[in-house]
Parts: sequence; structure tokens; C-alpha cells
Amino acid sequence: MSELPGELLYTKDHEWLRREDDGTVSIGVTDHAQAALGDLVYVELPEVGQDVTEGGDMAVVESVKAASDVYSPIDGIVAAVNDVLADDPETINTEPYDAGWIVKITPSGDIDESALLTPDAYQALLDEE
Amino acid sequence: MGSKTPLYDKHVEAGARIVDFGGWDMPLHYGSQKDEHHAVRTNAGLFDVSHMTIVDLKGERVRDFLRYLVANDVAKLQDAGKALYTSMLNEVGGVIDDLIIYFMTESWFRLVVNAATRDKDLAWIRKQAQAFDVAVNERAELAMIAVQGPNARQLAAPCIDSEWREQALDLKLFTGMEAGDLFVARTGYTGEDGWEILMPAAQAPVIWDRLLAAGVVPCGLGARDTLRLEAAMNLYGSDMDETISPLEAGLAWTVAWEPADRDFIGRKPLEVMRANPDKRRFVGLLLEDKGVLRNHQRVVVDGVGEGEITSGGFSPTIGRSIALARVPAGDYDSAHVDVRGKLLNVRIVKTPFVRNGQVRIEL
Repeated sequence: MSELPGELLYTKDHEWLRREDDGTVSIGVTDHAQAALGDLVYVELPEVGQDVTEGGDMAVVESVKAASDVYSPIDGIVAAVNDVLADDPETINTEPYDAGWIVKITPSGDIDESALLTPDAYQALLDEE
Repeated sequence: MGSKTPLYDKHVEAGARIVDFGGWDMPLHYGSQKDEHHAVRTNAGLFDVSHMTIVDLKGERVRDFLRYLVANDVAKLQDAGKALYTSMLNEVGGVIDDLIIYFMTESWFRLVVNAATRDKDLAWIRKQAQAFDVAVNERAELAMIAVQGPNARQLAAPCIDSEWREQALDLKLFTGMEAGDLFVARTGYTGEDGWEILMPAAQAPVIWDRLLAAGVVPCGLGARDTLRLEAAMNLYGSDMDETISPLEAGLAWTVAWEPADRDFIGRKPLEVMRANPDKRRFVGLLLEDKGVLRNHQRVVVDGVGEGEITSGGFSPTIGRSIALARVPAGDYDSAHVDVRGKLLNVRIVKTPFVRNGQVRIEL
């Protein structure tokens, strides 16, 4: 059973979003995704200041098994990247929703929440798989 | 739903993530592939390899048959139980499969071939066996467990009946023996010491439980792959196939050229290639930059040409990425690999990367 915090939004690509107080949006991969990937060994992060577009790839997480793209769920600019992951990529395995965040994005406009999944909707997606 | 080994329920019980592997439902890992990998390098792990195909060949002319069927020479097998690693070639010198041959008696040899190639292997062997009047008998009723790691043999020894236990512990490398219902061989696919144990299917869950109780760690296909990559052991379908000669897959050592008058399938095209100075090299790569090398990535050798990674991944023992690659002929010791459009630096290193718990390359 994977963990699914109620205050987050999710995507069908198994990523999560958290609106931070400073106006940025933190993004990571879900507990389900990290379990499916297996032990992470490398994370390729974008540059701070880089433009990202909804649906475009912005990072790569690599496990012992495979490489997987991380897509940006929104348009914006990379405000911060989680440098901890450079030395400890497995932080994503142990704390996918907290210390394992991957990027923070400053959205370029309003976020279209209808394109994202509520915890219930994401849970329904997991149940289907 | 794929085929299930006699240990399928044990995998589920142990919390395995099950994946399809060549039509078999097999464990990928039981929680952490890295922990399983380290268990084998430092202590002991067990693998269900019951999906592999065991074939017994019997007949008066079985030795002559095998001297024709495979590229290595079973004339080297003179002591009962002795094993030989070899490849089985097609008429153009491509690899149909790699396999281990055990010398049981003068009229009985045992083969262990890959699971994914079972059908074509059996068809090929049966076709070639006719002229030698050799009976080909698949032993699908046997299960197989590999126990690997520096402590593997000691921890697994109680599973062998006391009558044969000492003898089993005295087995030399690459040798096997019958121990009652079991066949025990000091072989493996990890670069560590250990045994591969063949047994009647009904005994497999019992032995599995005993090994777990002894502290041996269950390991999945994921760890099996990173372990064999560190040991630079080839994987059929990735490092070689029917279009690749053993001479371009790092398997020249498994081809017996002498005696020169031994005719084996694929010998003539192989001799032509042997004389070709432009044949590709099969090398180990160590990634000097951050990132992970993966199968099929392009290897770029400045001023020489291009090659391809055949097996790439992260080495848990070294903590960096390593790979096996087929690259152009030439004298060079560094190259670049195209990882998502970026050319990363790799060094060509002498394999194996890791053996018996020790890193064998310079970092």
C-alpha cells in the first residue's frame, strides 16, 4: 500500500505537487513511483532559472533498473533544485514527499488544477493499475 | 500470467516484486535490489534459477556429439562432475546460446541453457543430435537454486545430506556432483564463490526455507544482473546473439581452436573472423562523469568510430556506472558515451570490475 498525503496534487505520471508559501510549487515523484523504480542511484537536475513547460521533461531519475523522465506538470521557471539528491538520490526512496522533492517551480501563470489529480483521483488511478 | 517455478509462492511470501522474464513470473527484488547485491558480495544470497533449462544428453557418442555442437572442446572434461562454459554457434558463427556443460559419465552429459532461448535451443540440439544417436531429455521437473557469496557454501552445507556434505564442501571451482536427489555444483553468475543446486521440484520450497532460516538473503533478477555485470559475465540477448560471433563478445576464451582438425558448427566462419584485424573489441567501460550508462547507448571513439553499450548500469559495489560495450578495433583507452545527447567521458578498463568482493579496476 503506498502512502498518499492528502494535501498534495498528483499527475497521471506519478508525480506530486505542493504549493509552497513562497508561491513556488514543489514537485517530486510519488511513493508508488519510487517503489516501481527501485533503488535510485542518480538524479539529473535542471538548471535554476531554466524555463519548463507543461508536459516537457525537466529531470531524470535513474534507478539500478532504469532511467525515467520527470515531466513538468506546469509552465514556469525552475526556482530551486534539490542538491541533496546529487549525493543521496535514495532520499527519493526513503522520503518521496518531503526531503525527496526534486524541483521547485515558479509558475508562469495560474495553475490549471483540472489537469491535475486529487488524492482520491490518484488513488483510483493506482487501483486501476 | 506466465510460467511459475516451484518457488513462486515463496517469492510472494517474501514480498517479491514479480516481473515477466522470458515468459516466467520471476522476482525482480524483495524490497531493495542494492541490499540484495551487497548481501551476495559480503555474505550470502540465494536466487531461484529454476526457469533455466536443464537438458540431459545420453548416448554412446555423446562426447563426439558435443565436440561438434559447441565451440569449446568437451575433450577437456576428463574428471566426473567437471563443468565447461561454452557457446553454441550457428553455421555462420553467431551465438545461438551460451551454456554450461557438466560431464556426468562417458554416456551422460548435462547442459544448462538459458530460459528465454529454451525452444530454439532444444530444437537445434535435437536436430543436430540425430546423426549421433544421442537422446535429448529436458529435465523440466528439476528446480534450481543458486546460493552465492563468501559464506554461501558454509550456510548452505546443512541442506546437503551428511553423507555427501564434506565432499560437496571439497568441490573444486567449476565442478559438480550428485548428492542423493540433489546435484550440487560450485558454479554461479555473480563473481562470488557458491553453489548452484539442482533438485526435485518438491524439495525446492523446503531448501528455500532452510536457507532463509540460516540467514541467506533472497535475491531477485535485479541483483543477479548487477552482480553479473560487475563480474563481466555475458548476458545472452544483450551482449551477444545469433548475429554476433563469440570473438566480438569477449568469448574468445570459450573457443577451443586446438586440435585444428576438430570440426565444430561455425568453425569456418569463425576462423575467417579470427584473422580479421578489424573485428570489434568487447570492453569494459567505467563512467568518469556522473550519470548511468545503459544498454544501447552510443559509444563514440574520437577519430576511430562508434560502438554500442551492450550491458550498462550502476555498480553498487563501486558506486559508479559501468558497462560492457562492443567498440571499433583500435588502440585507445578512453571514449565518450552519448547519454541523452550529452557526451560523457568513459575509460576502457580490464574486466572483471569486481571479483570475490574486491573491486578489480583502478578508480
